[in-house]
Amino acid sequence: MQIHIQAQGGVPIYVQVMQQIKYLVASGRLQPGDELPSIRTLAEQLIVNPNTIARAYRELETAGVVEKRRTAGTFVAEAGSPLARKERLRLLRQRVDQLLVEAFQMGFALDEVLKLVEQSELNSQPPRKG
Amino acid sequence: MNDLVIDIKNLHRRFGDKHALQDVSLSVPRGGVFGLIGSNGAGKTTLIKHILGSHYAQSGSVSVFGFDPVAKPVEVLGRIGYMSEDRDVPGWMRVQEVIDFTRAFYPGWDSGYASQLLELFELDPKQKIRNLSRGQTARVCLLLALAHRPELLVLDEPSSGLDPVIRRDILTAIVRTTADEGRTVLFSSHLLDEVQRLADRVAILNRGRIILSDPLDTVLESFHRITLRFDESFDLAPSLVGAIESNGQGHEWTYVYRGDREQWTQAAKRLNAQIVHEVPLSLDDIFVCNVQHS
Repeated sequence: MQIHIQAQGGVPIYVQVMQQIKYLVASGRLQPGDELPSIRTLAEQLIVNPNTIARAYRELETAGVVEKRRTAGTFVAEAGSPLARKERLRLLRQRVDQLLVEAFQMGFALDEVLKLVEQSELNSQPPRKG
Repeated sequence: MNDLVIDIKNLHRRFGDKHALQDVSLSVPRGGVFGLIGSNGAGKTTLIKHILGSHYAQSGSVSVFGFDPVAKPVEVLGRIGYMSEDRDVPGWMRVQEVIDFTRAFYPGWDSGYASQLLELFELDPKQKIRNLSRGQTARVCLLLALAHRPELLVLDEPSSGLDPVIRRDILTAIVRTTADEGRTVLFSSHLLDEVQRLADRVAILNRGRIILSDPLDTVLESFHRITLRFDESFDLAPSLVGAIESNGQGHEWTYVYRGDREQWTQAAKRLNAQIVHEVPLSLDDIFVCNVQHS
């Protein structure tokens, strides 16, 4: 699991860890059932306060992205959970917003963008279930 | 049961006519990393020396583990691991000699852990201290501070003047110390990215006064830079309640704001202004801004 922390900006580190794990899960690089590193391991790897990692894991659990199992490990939750789907939608919406901003700046109208999405080469591939 | 490892109240210290510490109150709870931030000469080392009992409180009080460190040095110092800013160890001693010498002061010395650290830090026990590089000397000091597994680790500017590899050793030691339940770390630094990585709580010391002391997340969440757009053009920044600093021109003015989103939304609304941009401030910016406006 590859996470990069920026300790110079104003975004709290637990938020950065949360966002990146959410992204890894939503993009499929972390699969349901995958185990996350222990709090201590990740804290030493990133050189951040272990409480920060604990907070990120706690909030990810509340958001339904990960689940704690009795054997003291933290695992990626099943993607079917409504919260996980909501999170993926949120990420997708951000990307769509970015796309539309760029499209409008380049002078394309909405129906032109939609047509482009329909014609996209990726469209010929079967969508991933989730 | 007092859960504060360090409790300082209204501490005042003068050297001649220089007020080194003025009305300093500071509480360090057990089990976390406390970052003490300040410019050179702000009083960080003077404050740390009060915690270690090398300075007595001229007025106000200092309590460490519930004791006055000046009156009860054995009870206090035996439970603290300390690394000083100048990392002074006798140059004529060999690494092993300085370890044996230090061990004698600490009943809780863990020889197995000391050997482990010796190996981890790639230190040669037969080397004379004066022949070590600056980084190796820092590692010796870190070993001496850690090997009795102190309840409180105090590091004064631990990584100043060191290369990234050794800084990493020191920062990892802080992470490990705090991962062990109940241990507390207090470190002073002017390298704010380190503080941002490691600290739970921070205090800013400026010219002998504590100008801010809060959990790090609270600090980061309460300072933003927001840009407002006004219908009419102004020559001077329209005054925004809660703003610390402002600059800009004409229709758009940027403010450093202390408070939450609801507060600045309300304040902007009262000025009939539209919020066009908002970004959280980094610890670096927060530090500079607080020092300039204190």
